[in-house]
Amino acid sequence: MKQSRKTCLRYCCLLFWLAASIHSAFAQTDIDGIMMAKKNLCVGPMYGYSSWKHYWEGTLKRENLNLGTVSSQMYSVMGAYGVTDKVNVLFSVPYVRTKASAGTLHGMKGFQDASLWVKYMPLETKIGNGDLSVYGLAGVSAPLSNYVADYLPLSLGLRSKTLSLRGMVDYQAGKLFATLSGTYVFRDNIKIDRDAYYTTEMHYTNKVAMPDALSFNFRAGYRHNDIIAEAFLDNWTTLGGFDITRNNMPFPSNKMNATRLGANVKYHLKNLKRLQLVVNGNHVIAGRNVGQSTSINAGLFFIINFAKKQAPVSTTPKAQP
Amino acid sequence: MKKLLSCILPLLIIAAVTVPLACSKTEKGRTDDLPALQPDKTDIDAGSWKPILLASANEFSISAPIATNTPEYTAQLSEIKSWQASLTDGEKDLVKYWSAGAVLRWNEILRGLVAKHNLPPYQNDDGIYPAPNANNPLAYPQFPFANPPYAARAYAYVSAAQYDALVAAYYYKKLYNRPAPYKVDAGIKVLVPQSDLPSYPSEDAVVAGAAVEMMKLLFPGDQEYIQQKAEEHKRARIISGANVRSDMEAGEALGKAVAQKFVTRARGDRAGAAIGTPTDWAKLETDCIARGETPWYSLELPKRPPMLPLFGKVKAFLFDSLTAISLRPGPPPLTASKKMQDETDEILSLTKNDTRDHYRIVHFWADGAGTSTPSGHWDAIAAEDFIKKNYSEVRWARNMALLNMSLMDAAIVCWDTKYFYFNPRPCQMNPKIKTLTGVPNFPAYVSGHSTFSGAAATILSYIIPDRATAYDDMAREASLSRMLAGIHFRADCEVGLETGKKVGNYAVDRGKADGAGN
Repeated sequence: MKQSRKTCLRYCCLLFWLAASIHSAFAQTDIDGIMMAKKNLCVGPMYGYSSWKHYWEGTLKRENLNLGTVSSQMYSVMGAYGVTDKVNVLFSVPYVRTKASAGTLHGMKGFQDASLWVKYMPLETKIGNGDLSVYGLAGVSAPLSNYVADYLPLSLGLRSKTLSLRGMVDYQAGKLFATLSGTYVFRDNIKIDRDAYYTTEMHYTNKVAMPDALSFNFRAGYRHNDIIAEAFLDNWTTLGGFDITRNNMPFPSNKMNATRLGANVKYHLKNLKRLQLVVNGNHVIAGRNVGQSTSINAGLFFIINFAKKQAPVSTTPKAQP
Repeated sequence: MKKLLSCILPLLIIAAVTVPLACSKTEKGRTDDLPALQPDKTDIDAGSWKPILLASANEFSISAPIATNTPEYTAQLSEIKSWQASLTDGEKDLVKYWSAGAVLRWNEILRGLVAKHNLPPYQNDDGIYPAPNANNPLAYPQFPFANPPYAARAYAYVSAAQYDALVAAYYYKKLYNRPAPYKVDAGIKVLVPQSDLPSYPSEDAVVAGAAVEMMKLLFPGDQEYIQQKAEEHKRARIISGANVRSDMEAGEALGKAVAQKFVTRARGDRAGAAIGTPTDWAKLETDCIARGETPWYSLELPKRPPMLPLFGKVKAFLFDSLTAISLRPGPPPLTASKKMQDETDEILSLTKNDTRDHYRIVHFWADGAGTSTPSGHWDAIAAEDFIKKNYSEVRWARNMALLNMSLMDAAIVCWDTKYFYFNPRPCQMNPKIKTLTGVPNFPAYVSGHSTFSGAAATILSYIIPDRATAYDDMAREASLSRMLAGIHFRADCEVGLETGKKVGNYAVDRGKADGAGN
């Protein structure tokens, strides 16, 4: 069977927890221009730590002495499975703890939103010196527990069920690559524990209309044999919502926007062929109604090959140029 | 592989198309689509009910209306007809919105303004908190900071002014007995339920006039919004064929005149000085230390002056100042006592066991910053029950006034108690206590939520006896929520509930004697 260049036994294509903001507006998401080979499962634990001291109240950047540093820790199990070389299924199950270093507010802990993605590569072709591949992804997410959404910035998430549709293009020339993706996130309305709330007007209901969101991601770097090293820039824009008013608390339907800069390394251990290390770091460089967070994530993944007559995992699918 | 694709892809496409279409974004409020108010009885004799501030129902006179056979009246009928000849959807929406009830809608508008303004000011660079200035309401921090005592007082004044204005209006309705325009001219379409109540002066205009005049004082920075609502309200009544212009003008003038009497009272009720001075704040602390007790201190950074420490001296509606002091409960457990230690331990243990149901209860009742406060929450509870009762406007106003006077007077007795004892919060006694909602910036004993809720449940149980058990359960849950949240001791909540009930009973006594019956 002809192995695609982008179908790779070496690298797990993974969901990254992108807790970028005052809450976890960025759910688990897949933005890699690589695929798991057929009947290969990549699975493992991932840990993430994210914190911020400054946040944007609307467009005004401030700190809050009564919160100090707000931090969240994520423990999750993530995985990707190659249904075929061109169709992958990805999942993530995160457990989150939040905490404020100052003030009296109680931290939260519990299972956050599970996500499930299908990734399809309909096109792979040679253009110039490199390979161009096109991907379509669809993902859903939903809360795994009855956690509290209306307790920002310490709530575990926003509780909104989401459907995401993503288009992605990846180009690799030699050892260098670039990936560009755009995602539209449909967000379902949520229920909160209050029976009335004020946004820019009074609402006599416990249901909150959640605006949809749009995100873009650009990543580029080095991808060869045992290592992927990349930098990325991404943006999340909420299509609607309102600003936090002066000295008010945040609310789930705020207009939360963030632009982040980050780096990501995946390393395939030489001696333990079925293990892969992933380390990721990022920082919010601009935002609105979100925390200016700095995040690090690290994971260790195991690759299990369910194919009977598959080549050994260590074999490079196709000689890299 | 192809099989699988042919399964997954269509599914994804279907999901992509249907899910976004299936979830409609806007969420309707519970009172958005109410039917028009159709009172079970007109309460035509409400002009004889006992007013709150007015010496008598006819203290402010209004002139006799023009007769329905005059050319001027005919011209006013024509005005209705010309509106009705070409109604826009927006105008139909206005009629629908306002026909649910004038007192109800103005109460909702007021709750919205309270929520908008219920935000503690941010500190200056030097760490000093600026105070809102009523004479410059739009400068930061905007006036008012509609915190719980301020809000309770606002609801009380607006409700009480509307009630007195309606008592006067009903007096003149009966006296002048001018029929509604649709009874005079069959050519008038009527877009609201018909009524035998005389239409001069308009009860809707009276309610709007009193609200506008009162809210000008309470929310001076929002006059344009308030005025716009009043214009829409008046237009809705004329469009609907319920009132002619002269009904509206007489009603508005009467509502404003009556409200002026409440404005004068409000200017002299000592609420303006309730914020106190740095000398007052320091004295509260030194007096408490002199008694050998641990004083309350602000848990905010930087330390914020206590919220309205002199609000306990505000002039109550239901009793005089000596009675207010007599309602002050006995002291909380001494801060150094074993009892206080036990109560602190109880709160620590509750907050460590922070179940999901605790959060539900705490957040449902939190009514903190950016909300309509506990008084507004009780107004919402009451309003949604009153809607089912089909009260006349004057009975709506009377019941809202009884409720809101209880809530304001509960705030007065509660705030007097809080600053008399100046007792710390649980997380001051033990910093290990983490709270499930924000810690209010004033002393603990007695719990405001408990006092408000005890008072509200008591008067509402008198007004709607078949809901008494439900109100009592709600009051207990609201009270308990403050312990579960880690911001109050058991004594604060239990004594607060009892104190609130005592305040509520004054409103019950008033209700029994005001001639309205139930």
